[in-house]
Amino acid sequence: MPVLAQVDLRLDAGPLDYTLLAVYFAFVLGIGFLARRSVSSSLDFLLSGRSLPAWVTGLAFISANLGAIELLGMAANGAQYGMATVHYYWIGAIPAMVFLGLVMMPFYYGSKVRSVPEFLRRRFGKGAHLVNAISFAAAQVLIAGVNLYALAFLLNLMLGWPIPLSVVIAALIVLTYTALGGLSAAIYNEVLQFFVIVAALLPLTIVGLHKVGGWRGLVDKVTGGPGGAEQLSAWPATELTGLQNPVLSVIGIVFGLGFVLSFGYWTTNFAEVQRALSAKSMSAARRTPIIGAYPKMLIPFVIIIPGIIAALVVPEMVALKAGEDSGGVVYNNALPALIGELLPNGMLGIAITGLLASFMAGVAANVSSFNTVFTYDLWQDYVRKDRPDEYYLRVGRLATIGGTVIAVGTAFLAAGYGNIMDYIQALFSFFNAPLFATFILAMFWKRMSAAAGWAGLVAGTLGAVAVFVLAETGVLDLPGQGASFLGAGVAFAVDIVVSVAVTMFTRPVPEERLVGLVYSLTPKEDRRHSTTGEDAGWYRSPLLLGIGVLVLTAVLNIIFG
Amino acid sequence: MARKAGLFDLRLVIAVLFAIYGVVLLVVGLGFTDEADLAKADGLNINLWSGVGMIALSAVFAAWATLRPVIVPDESVERAEGASGAGR
Repeated sequence: MPVLAQVDLRLDAGPLDYTLLAVYFAFVLGIGFLARRSVSSSLDFLLSGRSLPAWVTGLAFISANLGAIELLGMAANGAQYGMATVHYYWIGAIPAMVFLGLVMMPFYYGSKVRSVPEFLRRRFGKGAHLVNAISFAAAQVLIAGVNLYALAFLLNLMLGWPIPLSVVIAALIVLTYTALGGLSAAIYNEVLQFFVIVAALLPLTIVGLHKVGGWRGLVDKVTGGPGGAEQLSAWPATELTGLQNPVLSVIGIVFGLGFVLSFGYWTTNFAEVQRALSAKSMSAARRTPIIGAYPKMLIPFVIIIPGIIAALVVPEMVALKAGEDSGGVVYNNALPALIGELLPNGMLGIAITGLLASFMAGVAANVSSFNTVFTYDLWQDYVRKDRPDEYYLRVGRLATIGGTVIAVGTAFLAAGYGNIMDYIQALFSFFNAPLFATFILAMFWKRMSAAAGWAGLVAGTLGAVAVFVLAETGVLDLPGQGASFLGAGVAFAVDIVVSVAVTMFTRPVPEERLVGLVYSLTPKEDRRHSTTGEDAGWYRSPLLLGIGVLVLTAVLNIIFG
Repeated sequence: MARKAGLFDLRLVIAVLFAIYGVVLLVVGLGFTDEADLAKADGLNINLWSGVGMIALSAVFAAWATLRPVIVPDESVERAEGASGAGR
């Protein structure tokens, strides 16, 4: 991307900053070596032996999603759209995370499946399983490549490192700790990464707010700026959705983002659900996404507010926002530009470490969910059945290496053809869109047949593709995020309609095979979690914790609405 | 007889990392911050204050790990040698 390469976002990182970065890498690799001692079976390697406490899996649950594309993208949205960006957190994540913990986790964890695709195989047999397992595995390695490339691109921009060198170094570090320690190493590093990111962003936010004259100053400056006062309130977010009518915009946010897109992502994406499946008990598994929801609710304050501030204090960003010549700076540069503007050596090193940590954790989450689906759902189910467990542990390790190698290849491909990656990501969002519809029917409607499982998924995916094509060719005029909200909504509706219609004409799955998988056929005690020992205490009740975070989120919506 | 999980308690790993970061930033903030650094951060000695914050975070995790050590039940000691030491 020659245009972007001219932008001067070079940070003057000194020996101190590099030392702080090196200390972090030493810890990351150290965790890999320490975690290795606990790996003696494929379940240890691919699912942490189902042994982790809820606070660890909970923080890993949000860290796995707190990759750099998310971090840079949300700060960019903050700079461009203002406070409306919080919807990606408060509407677009919290309700779905609570729903996953309270409603769906009893079936995921209780049925002892080892992956999300495996749930589909037990519920529907091979058709739906293959569609989901293959599309998920392919998506994870390719997205790992996109993450790697984004990391290398940022390193090049900030520190001047050559892109191929950064890709290979980052891939080697991730490969080392995931191949050694498996999911435990990935999860422990995600928890560490969470704290490093907060340690990087919180001081940045404080300095930024000080610079603009506190909250009052921020409000005054945004109100007087090109965005105007409406960028300070979360609703109705007409700019974000691209829908001019405020009522339609609110509906679009609540149903498109809040219901279909976010439930599809948070409740069926194995890279997320895997963190909960590695928890040590049903109670811990149910609390995983709910505990994660608390920091998820607060983290926009240290991501979006710096984005807004960047558009106020970084001269190039101010020019960009005013529609003038920004010298090639784009909204995606908001976070690194603000870091370069405000942080002195020392904190600068922590901030760079935080950004790199988030990139690498994103790649590790992709790789560690890919190897599980590849090993259990593709290799064990379709290629080599009934081998001793050591065999699958070895396959898991090799899949980790293979997945990383493919990701490196994808990263180099992305370096050559930037636009291709946008289309690849769009492609996989199509597969994700209808999944929630299929899962919710699968768990609560015992009549749903095996053929309906795969037919609904395929039809829903095609529905999302149709909306995408119509929007790209200009038949549908929806700027902003409107097209992806609508696409997800169509995918959901088509999936439900086709699943119901196909079920009417096909035979249901025999009921005895659905015990533990479907609500009405699962004995109540199997869905209950224990409330003794380390699961005791009112503060460990998933329901209470879930209601708590929903109430707090509603309060935040009122304050910042 | 139950026993403590030794080395690999994630809470201790977090405590050690932020102790290192906190002390380094504190020293830089106290002894090696010039006018240019201060001006950049709008007059705040951000290294100093971040260092203090990180030391506090480190202390919280160290205290948690010390007060509520991970107990590995006897029957799983052999299997979990060094494992699951992440707290409760």
